[in-house]
Amino acid sequence: MSENLRFKDHHTEQRLFRNRMLVAIFGVVVLLGVLVARFYNLQVVNYEDYRTQSDQNRIQVRPVPPTRGLIYDRNGEMLADNRPSYTLSVVRERVRDLDATIELLGRLVHLEDRDVEKFNRRLQRRRPFEPVPLRYRLSEDEIARISVNEFHLPGVSVEAELVRYYPESKLFGHSVGYVGRINERELSGFSEEDVRRYRGTQSIGKVGLERSYEDLLLGEVGYENVETNARGRVLRVLERHDPKPGAELTLHLDTRLQQVATEALGDNRGAVVAIDVKTGGVLAFVSQPSFDPNLFVTGISYKDYSALRDSLDVPLFNRVIQGQYPPGSTLKPMMGLGGLAAGVISAETEVADPGYFKLPNDPRIYRDWKRWGHGKHIDLIQGLAQSCDVYFWDMAARWNIDDMHDVATRFGLGEKTGIDLPREYPGLFPSRAWKRGARGVPWFPGDSLNTVLGQGFVLATPLQLAVMTATIANRGTHYRPQMVMAIDGVEQPPEVLHHVDARPEYWDLVFEGMEAVVYSAHGTGKKAGAGLDFKVAGKSGTAQVVGIAQGEKYDSEALKERHRDHALFVAFAPVDDPQIAVSVLVENGEGGGRVAAPVAREVFFDWMSRPLENTASRLVWRPPMSISAPVHPHPHPHPHPHPQEDGIRG
Amino acid sequence: MASRDYMHRLPDAGSSLRRPESLSRRWHIDLPLLLLLMVLAGVGLVVLYSASGEEVHYVKRQAVFMGLAFVGMVIAAQIPLEFYRRWSPWFYLAGCCLLVAVLFFGVGAKGAQRWLQIGGFRFQPSEALKLAVPIAVAAYLHKRSLPPSFLTVIGTLVIIGVPAALIVRQPDLGTSILIATSGIFALYLSGLSWKMIGGAVVMALMAAWPMWMWGLRDYQKQRILTLFNPDADRLGAGWNIFQSKAAIGSGGWDGKGYMQGTQSQLDFLPESHTDFIIAVLAEEWGMRGALILLVLYLLIIARGIYISFMAQHVFGRLLAGSITLTFFVYVFVNIGMVTGLLPVVGVPLPLVSHGGTSVITLMAGFGILMAVSTERRRVLF
Repeated sequence: MSENLRFKDHHTEQRLFRNRMLVAIFGVVVLLGVLVARFYNLQVVNYEDYRTQSDQNRIQVRPVPPTRGLIYDRNGEMLADNRPSYTLSVVRERVRDLDATIELLGRLVHLEDRDVEKFNRRLQRRRPFEPVPLRYRLSEDEIARISVNEFHLPGVSVEAELVRYYPESKLFGHSVGYVGRINERELSGFSEEDVRRYRGTQSIGKVGLERSYEDLLLGEVGYENVETNARGRVLRVLERHDPKPGAELTLHLDTRLQQVATEALGDNRGAVVAIDVKTGGVLAFVSQPSFDPNLFVTGISYKDYSALRDSLDVPLFNRVIQGQYPPGSTLKPMMGLGGLAAGVISAETEVADPGYFKLPNDPRIYRDWKRWGHGKHIDLIQGLAQSCDVYFWDMAARWNIDDMHDVATRFGLGEKTGIDLPREYPGLFPSRAWKRGARGVPWFPGDSLNTVLGQGFVLATPLQLAVMTATIANRGTHYRPQMVMAIDGVEQPPEVLHHVDARPEYWDLVFEGMEAVVYSAHGTGKKAGAGLDFKVAGKSGTAQVVGIAQGEKYDSEALKERHRDHALFVAFAPVDDPQIAVSVLVENGEGGGRVAAPVAREVFFDWMSRPLENTASRLVWRPPMSISAPVHPHPHPHPHPHPQEDGIRG
Repeated sequence: MASRDYMHRLPDAGSSLRRPESLSRRWHIDLPLLLLLMVLAGVGLVVLYSASGEEVHYVKRQAVFMGLAFVGMVIAAQIPLEFYRRWSPWFYLAGCCLLVAVLFFGVGAKGAQRWLQIGGFRFQPSEALKLAVPIAVAAYLHKRSLPPSFLTVIGTLVIIGVPAALIVRQPDLGTSILIATSGIFALYLSGLSWKMIGGAVVMALMAAWPMWMWGLRDYQKQRILTLFNPDADRLGAGWNIFQSKAAIGSGGWDGKGYMQGTQSQLDFLPESHTDFIIAVLAEEWGMRGALILLVLYLLIIARGIYISFMAQHVFGRLLAGSITLTFFVYVFVNIGMVTGLLPVVGVPLPLVSHGGTSVITLMAGFGILMAVSTERRRVLF
């Protein structure tokens, strides 16, 4: 208590206060010094670092994806278009709570578990601050609902993107093909240059021309420096380098001819290829059944995909370039020409056909398809017209297989045709060397008999048969088959791969024989020329179906149907000035002349009944020296519809 | 108790040396302090205009608050110090009652109850305690012999501790610490012995670990951790500091120009018009601007310290000293936080940050400072 009652000493108190305050002033000065030092450290010493940081904050380099090149048919009809589609995207770096955001989005738009799953996978391999797609193809309603709630959804954006659209749907599924989202496998195969080129681009060509012309269709990526605020909203564009749109492709294909060929094939499985004899341009490219390429563009649903994959009719299988079939008797005209050129047969050669054939020193009997034979005096023309097997066996027995192989190669068999489409199969035309290498056994004379009839080891794609036919029609000039007629309006010249040298009268003989197939009394392909006011030359064929393909399910009805022979027909028209060559395959169609020939007829009828200016496209390349090419009075009636335009269309 | 009042009689009381009173003296206005505060408030409004994204609305609102605050300051300056001293227990008790009421009836947001709502009017009782606590401590010590005895120190700590604990419960750790600080400054200035100060520091260090383990909430720990490693979570807790440092640093010496700060104008800087407003100033006006602001604060503090030195009695001296040093702590904590030296606590930059209540409390404090300054010649009984 005594302390409490102590007299207050005014001066001591003041001294104490002064003392403590001086210490406090010292503290204040030191701490203010710390603040000044801090400002100095931030604003002077580390100025450059923070300046960069702040610029990185606000300035983003955004890739501007190029517009994918459009694809037209020869008449300027759009086959592959770009249409805007709205994509819901999320910038992970701008979202504080991702789960909550996705939960909220799930209430605003339709989100499936699969979408979220895919999104999470995409998140793993995104670049920083890159918008990651969560849902494609938003509806108008969904876009509205998101924009209303935009305030609660930082980092979420709806982006308009141009996606591929194929207006003709199924018609060009196998030829034009489709694009799809770049998948992990493709991404991991990207070079650094590819990574740069595909910045901002979500799609890549997967199948068909979309794949083989990917480099040209893609275009060159542009970029822009944009200023954004903290929520990632773009405020202004500081600098922009425009992208270069992809090249425009004009195809040889003709939409109407494609339709006609497709309809003529009806419900059958099979293939139709029509080739412009003068250029090798592919006018029709049908593989039935087909599929809607639009399904694949933004990711096919599992249900749709398994339906396509598991169908017994294998709609995803490109029969034109991947289907390898025994070509059967369709090889006979080519073999006949080879035999003539090699001197194995001549115009006078006649064979008696008792209905069977025997090789010397071989007990085996080879039976003609016609049990009682074709008669006693079968020459080349009748041999072709009636498809007499014995005539060609007789020739093959006297001919060297390696020479036969050589002829077939010049007509395009046994190797890839070199068409501008991906994943083409080479087919097979045997030789001694091949058999020794592949089978380890020597060549037997009986093998030649099978080979000359397009059976045994021989396999060919419908495209190869069409090229072979076009080469015959061209009297030996073998063009590389081409899908693309012009790139950005620049015509692509045809390319001659081989020339088969033979005297003109040999060609005349083969022409005559093929014409007889269609027009003679015993001809096997009379339906190919029915009611046409121009002459057609053709050859039927039948390919035996050897076994059941692996993996096919057993179904007795379907199996019976699928054990039937394949029907084949190759033809060209008109005989006096060939324009178009066609090969037709009808799987399990049995009779080439009965089932396949009418399909060829429809194609010829449509193509030849058009006014000339329609069939001869504005862009068609004409060999300057050719006399046989029809000279069109108005080679360029209209300017090319979209040669060099760029930008968005549709 | 009243019997001891004669002790405070000034030796020259009733001196006949009185000069004619100047206008400012008659209105109890300290002119240098008033001028400095007006310059600071003006600078604050200019920076706020840019920081709010050129929203006149904010600036107008803030200007109205500033006007009210200046009026409040003048009123506070008119009240004799003796009144503050006599009524201090009642201010203090009323404040504590309001704090208890906040715990039961308070409203608020983000998990904290800090406000009382009466009709359409809302206020934050903790603001009133910012003044009530130093006044109560100064008044308490005024009547004790100094340097304070151990018991007096304990008594003071109780006076400080009760409201501080109530405010921590809201929870509002930042305000609680600042209020405690203002009381402790008064205690310190009264001549607390260095032994006790040393002992307190040692105890504080020893208490740090249990405090960390059990005393702090997760978000509070997070803020402290962020301080040491702001780059660890740039988009989470470290975002604010990362962005404010980028704003300040990118301002450089010259600054990006008024309303040209990309960090603040493009919304990268969070809370740019409230707690983080110094970053806007530093970004747009550069280090020059930051130094000018610091000099302004330094001058105000210097004037406050001068007033406390000139005070003629313990109550005025302790109160003026405490108010001035607490003001400095506001400035230091805010700038330290924005520049990444201190953890993020919600302390506004005095007179510059947007926000009405804090301005009014601050200016009332300066009013009391002026009351101290102009009462020098008055006899206190």
